[in-house]
Amino acid sequence: MTDRVVEGFKEGAPGRAMIQRIKELSGGRRVTFMEVCGTHTVEFFKSGLRSALSDYVRLVSGPGCPVCVTPNSVIDRAVAYSLRPDTLVTTFGDMIRVPGSVSSLEKAKSEGGRVRIVYSTLDALNIARANPKLNVVFMGIGFETTSPTVAASIEMASKQGVPNYSVLCSHKVIPPALEALASGGEEIDLQGFLCPGHVSVIIGSRAYAPIAEKRGIPCVITGFEPLDMAQGILMLLEQAVEGRSEVENQYSRAVRAAGNGKALALIDRVFEIVDSEWRGFGIMPGAGFGIKEAYADFDAEKRWSVEVEPSKEHPGCRCAEVLRGRILPVDCPLFKKVCTPQSPVGACMVSSEGTCAAYYKYGSEKL
Amino acid sequence: MCLAVPVKIIEILDIETAIFDIDGVGNEVNISLVEDLEPGDYVLVHAGFAIEKLDREEALKTLEMFEEIARETGMLSADGENL
Repeated sequence: MTDRVVEGFKEGAPGRAMIQRIKELSGGRRVTFMEVCGTHTVEFFKSGLRSALSDYVRLVSGPGCPVCVTPNSVIDRAVAYSLRPDTLVTTFGDMIRVPGSVSSLEKAKSEGGRVRIVYSTLDALNIARANPKLNVVFMGIGFETTSPTVAASIEMASKQGVPNYSVLCSHKVIPPALEALASGGEEIDLQGFLCPGHVSVIIGSRAYAPIAEKRGIPCVITGFEPLDMAQGILMLLEQAVEGRSEVENQYSRAVRAAGNGKALALIDRVFEIVDSEWRGFGIMPGAGFGIKEAYADFDAEKRWSVEVEPSKEHPGCRCAEVLRGRILPVDCPLFKKVCTPQSPVGACMVSSEGTCAAYYKYGSEKL
Repeated sequence: MCLAVPVKIIEILDIETAIFDIDGVGNEVNISLVEDLEPGDYVLVHAGFAIEKLDREEALKTLEMFEEIARETGMLSADGENL
């Protein structure tokens, strides 16, 4: 049985109408918006919207791919854990092929390391329960969408007594990255943020108020169906044309002003805001979550020491500039030549939602 | 990675667990992050957890807005037929 609440967002006519509106409203000039979320990056290609809008809107991809912004130092640490004889690393599948300074979890596995891909932290907890003699480390990456699910696993491990479970915590918080981009917005002539729908489900539309009001960059929280995305772009363009700079919520069926209160309370019980290193941004104040002292027993870094060399980057890789929207993947000398999805050099080519992987798969012309 | 899929809840098992339907197959989802869930509700599922309930009224409002834009640009007739 189909239901309009889900299926109604897949119809065609309104999409064509919105593209027509965008064309009229643009009045011949081309504006630059950033789609922050990697899922939006891919959907703009897949739906054909990116090329349909390219005469009126220049879409720049942002840092909203957790795998891509995870710095090498964290990958190096996960690799080192996986090679300890008493430890098993569990991770979301996207992370396994991302190269760190010298190795990846996939390579470590082929060299005898213990690595298992999981879909959910609940699976990682079950693995820990079933293997009480192994230290099961979950690689905690992801934005605010994912952090409540990781906080839940830590709370469950504590309440249910699963002492061999811990998290290597590298969770990121989105608004500080948008602040950093907004304060350097002139570099890419940024005129609006298409804000990530599922991060916003958790943090709420209010979280973007400082960016719209103080930094003067319009923000529109947007869903993931092509019609949602066309409307999100239209709403941003209306703000740009009218000279407004507000937070608007296109994805109102899922996003409330104050976010998901239960998820935010859970995050607050388990995590605290910390300074955090992002690939492409360096260490940003308040841009990540760390595990609170009360749950230190489940903090992999506090429980298990491993020797890790200082991290290093591939000299030719320009992921850092891609993640800030300063260059397109085609501007990187390694793109498609040395760096491919089969043999990725940089993180943005590994994740299916990485900007370089999306441009590789769907087209690499300047759009 | 922040992918979340809208699914329909068909049965609440306990305070933390429900069954959702996807293509006729039942799957378990943790519902500890959402409130007041009932069978028939739609939720967004991310990494094994329901992260929010979809608001039916708001969904219908957005769909109405889509139709209004389509009508104004002459791409949808008054009775909702694609032109």
